[in-house]
Amino acid sequence: MHNENQALIFELSKPGRIGYSLPEMDIPEVELSDLLPAEYIRQEDADLPEVSELDIMRHYTALSKRNHGVDSGFYPLGSCTMKYNPKVNENVARFNGFAHLHPLQDESSVQGAMELLYDLQEHLIEITGMDEVTLQPAAGAHGEWTGLMMIRAYHEANGDFNRTKVIVPDSAHGTNPASATVAGFETLTVKSNDQGLVDLEDLKRVVGDDTAALMLTNPNTLGLFEENILEMAEIVHGAGGKLYYDGANLNAVLSKARPGDMGFDVVHLNLHKTFTGPHGGGGPGSGPVGVKEDLIPYLPKPILVKTDEGYTFNYDRPHSIGRVKPYYGNFGINVRAYTYIRSMGPDGLKAVTENAVLNANYMMRKLAPAFDLPYDKHCKHEFVLSGRRQKKLGVRTLDIAKRLLDFGYHPPTIYFPLNVEECMMIEPTETESKETLDSFIDAMLQIAKEAEENPEVVQEAPHTTVIGRLDETLAARKPVLRYQKD
Amino acid sequence: MKHRYLPMTDSDQKEMLEAIGVNTIDDLFSDIPESVRFQGEYNIKPAKTEPALMKELMLLSQKNADLKTNTSFLGAGVYDHYMPVIVDHVLSRSEFYTAYTPYQPEISQGELQAIFEFQTMISELTGMDVANSSMYDGGTALAEAAMLATGHTKRKKVLISSTVHPESKAVVQTYAKGQYIDVVEIPNKDGLTDMSALKDMIGDDIAAVVVQYPNFFGRVEPLAELEEVIHAHKSLFVVSSNPLSLGVLTPPGKFGADIVAGDAQVFGIPTAFGGPHCGYFAVTKKLMRKVPGRLVGQTVDENGQRGFVLTLQAREQHIRRDKATSNICSNQALNALAASVAMTALGRKGVKQMAIDNIQKAHYAKEQFKKAGFDITFEGSSFNEFIIKCNRPVREVNQALLKKNIIGGYDLGRDYNELAHHMLIAVTELRTKEEIDTFVAEMGDYRA
Repeated sequence: MHNENQALIFELSKPGRIGYSLPEMDIPEVELSDLLPAEYIRQEDADLPEVSELDIMRHYTALSKRNHGVDSGFYPLGSCTMKYNPKVNENVARFNGFAHLHPLQDESSVQGAMELLYDLQEHLIEITGMDEVTLQPAAGAHGEWTGLMMIRAYHEANGDFNRTKVIVPDSAHGTNPASATVAGFETLTVKSNDQGLVDLEDLKRVVGDDTAALMLTNPNTLGLFEENILEMAEIVHGAGGKLYYDGANLNAVLSKARPGDMGFDVVHLNLHKTFTGPHGGGGPGSGPVGVKEDLIPYLPKPILVKTDEGYTFNYDRPHSIGRVKPYYGNFGINVRAYTYIRSMGPDGLKAVTENAVLNANYMMRKLAPAFDLPYDKHCKHEFVLSGRRQKKLGVRTLDIAKRLLDFGYHPPTIYFPLNVEECMMIEPTETESKETLDSFIDAMLQIAKEAEENPEVVQEAPHTTVIGRLDETLAARKPVLRYQKD
Repeated sequence: MKHRYLPMTDSDQKEMLEAIGVNTIDDLFSDIPESVRFQGEYNIKPAKTEPALMKELMLLSQKNADLKTNTSFLGAGVYDHYMPVIVDHVLSRSEFYTAYTPYQPEISQGELQAIFEFQTMISELTGMDVANSSMYDGGTALAEAAMLATGHTKRKKVLISSTVHPESKAVVQTYAKGQYIDVVEIPNKDGLTDMSALKDMIGDDIAAVVVQYPNFFGRVEPLAELEEVIHAHKSLFVVSSNPLSLGVLTPPGKFGADIVAGDAQVFGIPTAFGGPHCGYFAVTKKLMRKVPGRLVGQTVDENGQRGFVLTLQAREQHIRRDKATSNICSNQALNALAASVAMTALGRKGVKQMAIDNIQKAHYAKEQFKKAGFDITFEGSSFNEFIIKCNRPVREVNQALLKKNIIGGYDLGRDYNELAHHMLIAVTELRTKEEIDTFVAEMGDYRA
């Protein structure tokens, strides 16, 4: 372990240094006390750092070296689609005429931006098979909540106030039930069967006249395609509920199956996953929502429309759920996603999914001999392994994940989904080469061997990172959430 | 199909299919029933090469009037400020922007430490004990504040001042509907929250009172007086605040705010047609365990070395699922990094100086308008915005100004019936005396 500490920027501060170049004050100034009441003039300066420009660059360069991104190495974090983030996207998003537009400018002066958004909507409508798309939600979870609010508005407009339940599979991402709660619903769980798919009998048991919606990813979080999707749609629709598609796993089905053709009424996409808006260390994302015709009246305000005079935002939407975000969504991320879609074209997007699925199946088959494979069938863009066998040797999935750090990899998603013991969820994505996959497979096989022959080396990992395993209990018990001068 | 983002060669694919034990890639999709199988290719535009696409999109971007080649006096929640050039250089370090949420702290110390520093800077500026790692934007941050307050107080009614940003108010209303929370608007008087109306409306059933500081009209709300009224009823005091203004204004924390939320777009984040920006969320220690979103905390590793981790995760959706009080997962980490770099570059002296420059330049513009015969609507202490009245719809004025490469102010008539023909003007540190003088002269024809 290197054990080198990187000072906090506050610890590098020295009174008298500056890192800025503010515009000149070319106007006559007046006493501040003539402009503000004394009580409202700040007495004690905010204690921000005082450093030079080089200090800043060195500090953040040092921090960046202590961070692993897709550009640093393989990042098979399941369900997150950590694919390559094209550089042209970054350049386009920084064009003056995109980066430096004010959202409240006169519409006549932002027609180019509106044209881009409209065309992105059109592309997403075709890709999802839905009838209309809003680009407003800021992220996947925000899109889930937006979609559920629309479903609620739809039922309420039909005088149906008893539809208070949202059904999610036991393998669902945590945001699904949380979004349901924030949208005012209660959550019911439907079980998976031994094939890893939604248990149709259990679904029939939980649906009823109180069902507002069923939320589903397809393929599901185990990486398996819900083959009975049309039967499920029939069950839910038959009970008067709506079908919600969580687009977290769309990378698995581009040009292969569209949510709109599978019976889904509402769809959200994570443009920062499938469509390469970078993940940014946790955001910003973008979570557009697509809907079928009967839900269009409830879309959030405003909607973007094309008229003979050009593009305009329409606010006259009496049935809309209202605003879900100031302005028009995360435009900068939408520009990146649009650039990506236009770089790939229809045949490119098809190849994306084909290669993503090929890579996942290849890795799954290569790793199956050394780990437990809970569902032995073709996966889609990701697959799950169980570390049950290694656990019996005293090596937990967490240990395997930490050992992978020594090989220069970001580990897979671990302990999710919740219905697989000692779960590892691996998503290679289509942008990785066979050589990269093979090296990762070798590392995993070596770790499996170490678990048998020399478990300590795994249990005590990582050995090569800048810091060892951190005391998370201490962090939670005695929270230190900001720097304090001694 | 060959593409620069897809490295598999034909021979790779062949070897891999053999290892899997299938003949074609299509065999891997046999589990998708024919009835839902999409046939053929999407009916979307064909792929373009990098140079062709760059050119097309450059031309498209040039159809827009941007803030850098025009002179902007538009604010209303989003501002054209000095962005230290270094910000984008740091942001372009792809170790930051191609990473995800720091789930593996050993290889994410960079991001975690940067966020810890962001939390510290926001705490400092707002005068609060704790700040989180960021929210989507100021509007949704305020909605989360309202939800936190109702959960904390077990009361279901929230008062929000009519001087809060109209789009934020609208977002709060949408979230409130989801949670069956009643949100009632407090009227304004002379451009400030109407104190006597507030006194009539407040009671022991009010979870929180939400005000903005400086408010949507640019005015400095009297937080000291508001606090007394609000806390007398044990309601939470929620303040939406432009963090740049806190370089010069007494921070809400000093006036007893319980939650301070807003947007850090003012620090190094481009206006970007409205997003992504960077919501922030700061609270008192008492509310620390109820904060939405991610928090980074300091701890030690097994050798006692300082390090940072995501902490207090028991609050969050991936642990609490349907018991979670917020569903936020992705946030605005990269923009929080941008704001941190900008706050660092400006530093202790620069943030204060920039805030003062905004007040001074806005004041100068205000005086010039007065000299030109304009009345200032709601005259009084303000930060970098103020209101004048035009003799015709603001939209028409703005369209005329555009021809002179000026982006005029915000049309208040869109949100306030009584303020038809009123323009909200923002003057930041970037505006020069010459630009201000030209603007005032151009506005001469439109004086009410």
